[in-house]
Amino acid sequence: MTTAIEVRGLRRLFRGRAGMFGAERVVRAVDGVSFSLPAGDVLGIVGESGCGKSTLGRLIMGLLPASEGDVLVDGRRLATMDRRERARLIQPVFQDPFSSLNPRHRVGEIVGLPLAAQGDVPSAQRRDRVMEMLARVGLAPEMAERLPAQLSGGQRQRVAIARALVLRPRMVLCDEPTSALDVSVQAQILNLLAELRHELGLTYLFISHNLAVVEHIATEVAVMYLGRFVEHAPVDALFHEPRHPYTRALLASVLTPDPGLGIPDVGLGESYPDPANIPTGCRFHPRCPIAVARCSSESPEGRTRDGRLVECLLDGAPAEMALSA
Amino acid sequence: MSSVLEVANLRVGFSNGTLAVRGVSLKVERGETHCLVGESGFGKSVSALALMNLLARGATRSADVLRFQDFDLAKMSERHMAQLRGDKLAMIFQEPMTSLNPAYTIGSQMAEVLRRHRKVSRAQALERAAGLLSRVGITAPGMRLAQYPHQLSGGLRQRVMIAMALMCDPELLIADEPTTALDVTVQAQILRLLQTLQRELGLALLLITHDLGIVARMAQRVSVMYAGEVVESATAEALFANPTHPYTRGLLDCIPIPGKSRRDAPLGSIPGVVPRIRPGFTGCGFRDRCAHAMPECAQAVPRQSAGGDHDYLCRLPPGWSRAQAA
Ligand SMILES: Nc1ncnc2c1ncn2[C@@H]1O[C@H](COP(=O)(O)OP(=O)(O)OP(=O)(O)O)[C@@H](O)[C@H]1O
Ligand SMILES: Nc1ncnc2c1ncn2[C@@H]1O[C@H](COP(=O)(O)OP(=O)(O)OP(=O)(O)O)[C@@H](O)[C@H]1O
Ligand SMILES: [Mg+2]
Ligand SMILES: [Mg+2]
Repeated sequence: MTTAIEVRGLRRLFRGRAGMFGAERVVRAVDGVSFSLPAGDVLGIVGESGCGKSTLGRLIMGLLPASEGDVLVDGRRLATMDRRERARLIQPVFQDPFSSLNPRHRVGEIVGLPLAAQGDVPSAQRRDRVMEMLARVGLAPEMAERLPAQLSGGQRQRVAIARALVLRPRMVLCDEPTSALDVSVQAQILNLLAELRHELGLTYLFISHNLAVVEHIATEVAVMYLGRFVEHAPVDALFHEPRHPYTRALLASVLTPDPGLGIPDVGLGESYPDPANIPTGCRFHPRCPIAVARCSSESPEGRTRDGRLVECLLDGAPAEMALSA
Repeated sequence: MSSVLEVANLRVGFSNGTLAVRGVSLKVERGETHCLVGESGFGKSVSALALMNLLARGATRSADVLRFQDFDLAKMSERHMAQLRGDKLAMIFQEPMTSLNPAYTIGSQMAEVLRRHRKVSRAQALERAAGLLSRVGITAPGMRLAQYPHQLSGGLRQRVMIAMALMCDPELLIADEPTTALDVTVQAQILRLLQTLQRELGLALLLITHDLGIVARMAQRVSVMYAGEVVESATAEALFANPTHPYTRGLLDCIPIPGKSRRDAPLGSIPGVVPRIRPGFTGCGFRDRCAHAMPECAQAVPRQSAGGDHDYLCRLPPGWSRAQAA
């Protein structure tokens, strides 16, 4: 089994200010992420909003320079490749379909742009591949003439997917690719992504807030919290035996379609983490329902059990007294 | 008591001949959540924009009733409308980036919303903005107020939009897919906040969402849209217990549920392609994709009652799906 992508100790800082004249604050958006993924697999990345998922994706795409660390695709450092080569290896589908589509270009041009940028695909062939791709993502041929503003949210996201797949890349980075879609269209797109993966041997990095979608499409799942992977496991293990307390809180917050059950409160409290002020010890401890005293001083970083990353000091430990009753 | 929002027979057409909304009727009561669900591209956002009088140039809007509180929105001047918008009548847009100005900080945009409608100082407005940012789960609001939209993650931007819509304590909030960029724990917090505002201030909520989990947990009433029409409308309990329009049934069958879906099988989806609705289109918009279609479906479709105030737009008799299951 070949490794499609390897990420080593990736970090990215952002500098900002607290208030107009406040002190400088350093946001550690991605704070030491390492993983490797076999070709043909799908890594689902889930986690709190603002925890650094999209930043990680942009680092992997080479759209943003890393403060530290390396990304290797097919064993070669991404940082050493030129744009055209990178584009053939890895393509993105972003979260916000509106701002990622040029409002002045027609759908046909948008989808054809990656082909045109390669510079070696004749224009007649380009048009055929664009039309074929539009059909594959379920857009009628006349949509090629429309502008993004004339499409619904879901239609725009299909355009973004068509654009990402038109070059037949090795890897696709999907950042919330179906969050703008209704369940039926979402199912069509996920089925399409799964089909193309088998057909073309694609590898996906799949960022999503929808746990059911991740469970369906991913082969492994990483749970991210404040810039780090706090749990990383094969998909079945993660859903059937979640070990990190944050993972368990996520799973407990899923809204199943049961009228009358109300909105769950999983007891994480409302003291949200501040990425410019990462807690000592375990970064999750101030909100953790099972934290004990040593969680505020000892770091669980890099902790594994049974070959599975679980950055929790209490994973596998006998029950201890909780921090606060 | 009369509803906060009442819409009857709303229709919207675009200059290219597309009929995006073909006779939508709905009501939202004080303190209530009315969810609007339905296929992508079928007029949910356009309906909302039509209510706010924010349709693209060249679009035409007509309605038999378009009432918000005591205001007749159909006859209201744009000047008057602009006074209501962002004040008593607020909207969270589906695309956060289209409604945040990239050139201004979050703080100045949020303060501007309040200062347009209330006589408050800039400092007071910023204080209210910071308070609302904390309520939507944003830490270090001081830092966030000084940032520009591109410096925020998708979920932070979405929460800024939510906080911004709440600046003037609206009576009606139209929220178009407000939590799609949020993880499930933050989503739960936002939904609990909205429920608190409903209880405390009587906020009426028209919630457009694809997430049937949210619909089940939030809605008192649900309208299902297909091809620009409301094809089924019922209380949340009735809709989930007894979905009657074939499209609604198909939609409910597509929901993946963690721990329950089978990974080796494709997800359920509704087969077939969506028709192009042009002027002169008659009959049921779903008939090409419907397993139960009959020749009569090409003619005008009756709106039938499935009991109580549960109605649907289809020829099949009310109990058909139960009879089929038995
Ligand atoms: N300015 C416009 N000109 C022409 N057609 C338009 C325009 N704006 C929207 N439409 C069309 O109107 C229809 C309804 O779009 P709308 O955005 O309301 O869909 P929606 O139900 O909100 O979908 P989604 O769930 O994907 O957001 C779509 O077919 C869209 O292409
Ligand atoms: N250009 C930037 N300048 C300053 N801070 C930034 C910038 N881009 C991202 N950040 C910060 O980095 C952190 C992580 O952001 P990121 O977009 O990666 O989160 P995310 O996990 O994708 O969240 P979401 O689920 O909401 O999309 C946030 O605190 C964000 O404000
Ligand atoms: Mg993101
Ligand atoms: Mg919409």
